[in-house]
Formats: sequence, C-alpha cells, structure tokens
Amino acid sequence: MSEKTQIVIEPERYELRAAAPYRFDLDRRNFFKFLGAGVLVVSILKPVAIAQESGGRRRERGESLPKEIDAWLHIGQDGKVTVYTGKVEIGQNIRTSLTQAVSEELHVSMEKIELVMGDTQLTPFDMGTFGSRTTPTMNLQLRKVAAAARETLIGLAAAQWKTDRQNLTAADGKITDSANNRSIEYAALTKGQQITQEVSSDPALIPAADWKVAGRSAPKIDIRDFVTGGHRYPSDQTLPGMLYGKVLRPAAFNATLTSLDTQKAEQMGVTVVHDGNFIGVAAPSSELAAAAVESMKAEWKSDPQPSNKDLFDYLRKNTEEGTDPTGDGDRFDQGSVDQALSSADHKLQQTYTVQYIAHVPLEPRAALAKWDGDHLTVWTGTQRPFGVRGQLAEAFHLPEDQVRVFMPDMGSGYGGKHTGETAIEAARLARAAKRPVKVVWTREEEFTWAYFRPAGVIDVTSGIRSDGTITAWEFHNYNSGSAGIRTYYEVPNQRIVFHPVRTPLRQGSYRALAATANHFARESHMDELAHAVKMDSLEFRLKNLKNDRLRAVFEAAAKRFAWGKSKSAGQGFGMGGGYEKLGNVATFAEVKVDRSTGDVQVVRLVTAFECGAIVNPDGLRNQLEGSNVQGLGGALFEAIQFDNGRILNSRLSQYRVPRFTDLPEIEIVLLDRKDIPSVGAGECPLIGVAPAIANAIFDATGVRLRALPLVPDGLKVS
Amino acid sequence: MATIRLAINGKSYSVDTDPQTSLLTVLREKLDLTGSKYGCGEGQCGACTVIVDGKSQRSCITRVASVAGKKITTIEGIATGNRLHPVQEAFLEVGAMQCAYCTSGMIMSAVALLQKNPNPDRSAIIDYMDGNVCRCGTYPRIITAIQKAATAMNEHASVKGVGQ
Repeated sequence: MSEKTQIVIEPERYELRAAAPYRFDLDRRNFFKFLGAGVLVVSILKPVAIAQESGGRRRERGESLPKEIDAWLHIGQDGKVTVYTGKVEIGQNIRTSLTQAVSEELHVSMEKIELVMGDTQLTPFDMGTFGSRTTPTMNLQLRKVAAAARETLIGLAAAQWKTDRQNLTAADGKITDSANNRSIEYAALTKGQQITQEVSSDPALIPAADWKVAGRSAPKIDIRDFVTGGHRYPSDQTLPGMLYGKVLRPAAFNATLTSLDTQKAEQMGVTVVHDGNFIGVAAPSSELAAAAVESMKAEWKSDPQPSNKDLFDYLRKNTEEGTDPTGDGDRFDQGSVDQALSSADHKLQQTYTVQYIAHVPLEPRAALAKWDGDHLTVWTGTQRPFGVRGQLAEAFHLPEDQVRVFMPDMGSGYGGKHTGETAIEAARLARAAKRPVKVVWTREEEFTWAYFRPAGVIDVTSGIRSDGTITAWEFHNYNSGSAGIRTYYEVPNQRIVFHPVRTPLRQGSYRALAATANHFARESHMDELAHAVKMDSLEFRLKNLKNDRLRAVFEAAAKRFAWGKSKSAGQGFGMGGGYEKLGNVATFAEVKVDRSTGDVQVVRLVTAFECGAIVNPDGLRNQLEGSNVQGLGGALFEAIQFDNGRILNSRLSQYRVPRFTDLPEIEIVLLDRKDIPSVGAGECPLIGVAPAIANAIFDATGVRLRALPLVPDGLKVS
Repeated sequence: MATIRLAINGKSYSVDTDPQTSLLTVLREKLDLTGSKYGCGEGQCGACTVIVDGKSQRSCITRVASVAGKKITTIEGIATGNRLHPVQEAFLEVGAMQCAYCTSGMIMSAVALLQKNPNPDRSAIIDYMDGNVCRCGTYPRIITAIQKAATAMNEHASVKGVGQ
C-alpha cells in the first residue's frame, strides 16, 4: 500500500451533494462588535492570495474577512478563549479533544476555552462531521490557529516590553520574560486591541512527544450537565408559544396520494398544512398533533417494490454502472487476474452479503423552527448544519444568509443524521402556524423515513499458491459502497470493482460505511484461504501483508488475545482487521457455540488500534469499546425487514440492538504512534468485529457464515 | 381533560391534561423537565426511566393518571442541592457516556437497582440494566460506574453507621 492510497478518504457516497461555496456571515468589524476587542486568529483554508508572503499577515482595520476560512479563535479582553468551528458534537467527544488541542498550543487551561460549534451564523462553513475527518483536519487546524495566536501574543509582549521575542515564552495563560523576571497575562495583552491575524503558513506546533494537555485523558466537556439531565439536546429545545408538529406519512415508500380528507383535523383546533406532497399539522401538544394526523383519511397508491427475500438478486440485476457520484475509486486493475487465476494452485470463489441496517440513534431526528419575517432559524440535530441550511434555503427559496441553523450537542448520529427532514417539516409548519414549531420523530418514523446503511452483495474470486502466497484477487461489490474496498494484502494481480445499484430503499452514510461489508468479505475470505492451504490464520495474513502499521495491530491484538492457545469444545477463535479512515485495527474474537440450541455467544473481543498520536486516551478507549459493541449488532442480528415499500420491523421491540446482556469482555490495546499525525477513531474500530466473529464461529463449528447478520436466529442446528 | 396532582422531586404540581397522556409527555411538555428522554415510546430503551414510589418505571408507557399522588423522582431530583447523587458522581468520574442521551435513564435505573440491592454483582447489574439501551455502546463503563457508586454508597452508609 502506498502513502498515496492511504491518505484518500472516500467522500460519503450517497446523500452528500457538492458542498456549498464557502461563506462567512460576519465582517471583521461586526465580529469585534459581537465579541468585544481582543485578538482574532483565523485559519485560511486556501491561502492562495497570500501564499507568497512569509508567515502570517495582519489585515487592515475594517476590512472584511476572507471567505475561505475553516476555523477561528478569539482571545477576549478577559482572557477567555472562544474557538469557532463548524464541526459538531454528537457523542464522539470532539468538543473535548479539540479543546485539548487548543489548550496545548495556546498554553491556556481547558476551562478558559469555549468551543462554539455548528452554528451556521457564527462558525465557518464546514461540510459536515463525518468520515473521521475532525481529528486529522480540524484538530490540526485548531492547533495551528492556537499556535499562531500564541505567537501573536508573544509578539505583542515583545513590542510592549521592547525586547526580542526570542527571550519570551508562553505558559499558563501568560507571556513570561524570565531573564527580567516579568510576565503578563494574555488578557492584559489583548486589552483594547482589535487584531486580526491570519494563519497562512505552518506555525511551529508542539510535537506529540512533548504534549502536556493533549495526549492525556480529559473528561467530557460539561459532563455535569449530562449526568443531571440539564443538557438541552435538539429535542429538548423550546420557545415561548411553541407548537408541536406532526407529519402524515405515506402508506409505503414512493407512494402517491390519491385522496385526502382533513376535515376532522381542521375541527380540532390545529393548523393543517397540505402543500405539494407534504401533509402535516401543528398543535399545542404533541398528542393533539398526533391525534389530528391520525384523524386524516388518506389513500395512497404505489407500484410493487422489492422485499428482503429478493434483495440480493435485485442488487445484482439493477446495477447502474458509471453513474457513481464520486466518479472515481470504482474500479482498480493491476496485473492479469485471469491469467493468475488459471495458473493458481487453489482457486476460491465465494459470495458474501450484508443486509440493510438502521442507525437507531437514541435521540430521533428533531427540529425546532422559528420565522422572523423571511428569516428562518432552526435548532436541529444533524451532522451537517450547513448542509441542512442549504436544504432549507432550497425548500423555501431563500438565500442562505436568511437561514440560521444551530446544532445543540445531540443524541448521536453514527452517520445517520446528515439530512434535514425534520428541519424542513418544522419550518413548513411554523410558517403556516406563524408560531415556532417543534417536530420530533417517533422511533417508527426514524426507522422508516430516515435512511439505512446500504445492503450489498460481494463476490470474491481468488487464486493462491500452495505455499500461501495470494496471486489473484477479484472483488465485486454491488451497492454497499467502495469504502475499504481495496485490499491491503500484497497481491500482484487484482480486479476490484464497485457496482452502484438503483437501490430499493433509501440508503446513506453509516459509521465506517461500506468498510464494514468490504472487510467482512475480505477478512472472511482470507480465513477461507488460510484454511484451504492449512495455514494458521495469523501466519497466513502476515505472510501476505507488508504494511507495518497493520502488521503491528494484528500482532498486538494476537499477543493480548493469546492467539494459538488451545480451545475447549464449542469454543472458537477468529480475527479480522484492516485500515480505514487512516486508522489501523485488528479485532480478535472468542465465541462459544452451543450446537444443540444454536446459541452463539461472543465471549471476548480484543481490539488493537493505531491512529497516530493519541489525543485523548480515555476518549479513544471509549470510542473503541463503543465500536465493538455497536459492531456486534450488525455482525450478529441487526437487519431491516421490508416488503413492498414498507418496513416490517420499525420498532425497538422488533429490531434488536446490542444490550447489556450481549456484552462480551472487551479489551482494548492502544498503539500510540507519537511520530504519526493524529487521525480519527470513530469508524475504523468497527470494521474487524464482524469478520472476527464469523471466523471464530467457523473455528468453533466448521460452519462458514457468509451473510451479515450472522446469526439473527442463532446458528441453524444441522 | 382532567386536573391531575403530581408529586415530583419533592414539589407538587397540578396539571391539566388528558389522563391517558404519558407521564413522559407531561414531564417534558407541561413541566419542562426534559432530563427524561424519549427513545422508543414502548418501554424498550429505558431513556425515559423515572422512579415512582421507589421503583423504576418507564415514563413513556405510564399513564399520568396512574401516578397521581405518588412520589415521582426524575433525573432532575436526585442531587441534593449542588451535591450530586453518588450514581451521578460515579458516571461523571468514570466517563460512562458518549452522547449521553441514555444517561438520565441509565442513572435512574441504577439508582433504583442500588435501592433494591446495595451490593449487586456484575451479572445482577447486567440483568437489571438490560432494559436500558446505550447505542454508543458504553455498557462496560456504565457497569463500572454502578459498581463504583455501590462501593461509595456502602462506605458512606458504614461511616454513618459508625457515627450512630
């Protein structure tokens, strides 16, 4: 694997359209009016015009700020540091890790730093919080911004004291001149100042090996509000005079309305809206809103649609080659696969499948909308506040600067909240009712009208020499996506193709995207190949793997797991791993299978992970533990059942998610590479879980399962 | 519509509502006690858990009329002034959350568990908490936090015992 392929992060394939142009809603003067005097440091995303200049430059007073900004930081006269980023907090605790980064570079304690996140009026444009991008991009940007701020403050102190800046150091919110035994607080330096500094070159950053704040565990910011119930999630937002909105849902996907009678609802003291294909009500209570929608008589018609039982056949038969929106990464050819296959000692051809699964964020979609004339303000839970702003502007034919979207730290997303359905619904109802309206989806709505992780079919054909060298690798993925589709094993002859499909269900992003499906197929197949040449699974992988970082996680996990130990009846061991979103992971699983009952229990998961220099070790462990638990659901039992445009298991009593009783022993091994830039950890750690479990089930029983979920109803008793 | 008297967190409220309305809806919409969360509406996820007369109850499937006059405690009512409940303290110390949307319900269930069984072993915790879902998967930490809270509460109780 070359460095070049490593740094590619696949854009989200399905629901993401092109980014809006960069925008900036406040000019410099307004900014200082809003924040008070101080030092403002902005990070320029595309330093085109200023590229020739060395170091930063200061702008003239009153000039507007450039539009290509991706973050900024303000140090007020009171020494308070406010950082602005369009990224959002959804439980991954980047509010904490980004604060650590700023604290580290600026030498200000974390308590004095506040992050303003995901407010389209106040923060720079950001495409969204997904793809594990925050740590490799925003964390780095904010470190640069904070470092530039630090350097600016040193410059101010040097000017004030008429001394060389080399004599000065920044520490603990102060600039100190130790030779002359004097120091000055940042707050005193920024007093009365209105300085704008751009970061246009790479300021000297503190190496990870010298980190004092970053690199150590830090608790979740505002954690007290979360244990007291005080934090206001999107669904908890209220405004005076607020109404509750509810939308009438079609009887099936792609259904059209043939008749509608809202007479009864109109007499219930609610606002009824029927506009195009939108039918909804706004009422003083959520129960009245629900009753009013319930009272409506609607008839729908729809054409027959596929169901689970024909899903994989359907996916193969409905490809739409060449229409992939990302436009690249869909095909990779190397050497001659056909020739290598015909001369291989062993050939293996297998098919692997994955079902649609749902994100089930515990907080369903929610939005509160308010109009002031033709200006719209919406509080909503989304991973893409700027994307939702664009959707609102489009839906209501407004310029984007008349729409403001706030994203209060929300009840998770896992890739499932990129879109703005509730925002649009609440805004439409609010416009009709002339009052603020809140829409919170029910669990059934969330299960049905959000989007799913794509289902997929993967065909793998491989050729191998008797000594365990893989010579040919052909891999076709239908629909699930191309994240993680390339193999990291050394194979001279490869043909890897992603086939986009006209999907029967609305599908979208999901934590780790298709990397879960692709790693499941690849790592299962690797095990099958090892078995074919009678080699140990680990030895076989390492024989075909050169990537040092990946070898290191496999070896670390194997050591902790005690790979090679003897097993008892019904016990099985397996592994799976790979790299995704710049991280490297290996998971080893121990299962216990009772063949008489078909009961499969995952007893232990050991996951080794490496994501460069670790920013927040405890936060990282938390992400890894969570990934293992969440990965368990998709591996073992999660699947959306659907038939003819209807979801058949749209309740939590019908769709099984991992619970306390499913919890295996989870052990995390962290490899801290201080010499490698930090990358994200929210997605990659998920990808080894399913293949590790499938391989362990094979090890326990000799039964090879090639479909996710593996054992929704236990292992079939043969 | 009926007027229903509720005793919540040591305060009494008089609420005009349909008696069939869920306690969760009344808490959130009428009383602005939004710490209790909606997650599923069918008592399957535990995010709405409150304690009624000492027992944990899913407020989303509890008709408000059925708890009239009973002693209701929500997440907003377990701290004493600024002093957190030991279970809250333990969740905070352990960092037993990611998005924390499930946290109120987890804490309320744990408080109810420890009232019933001050020394639960790991499997007792798992059995009791199985009705509470954390989609971020922080179960290992929640178990640790509950164990820690149990220890703290027992130590506190024994110190009090010595002093008596």
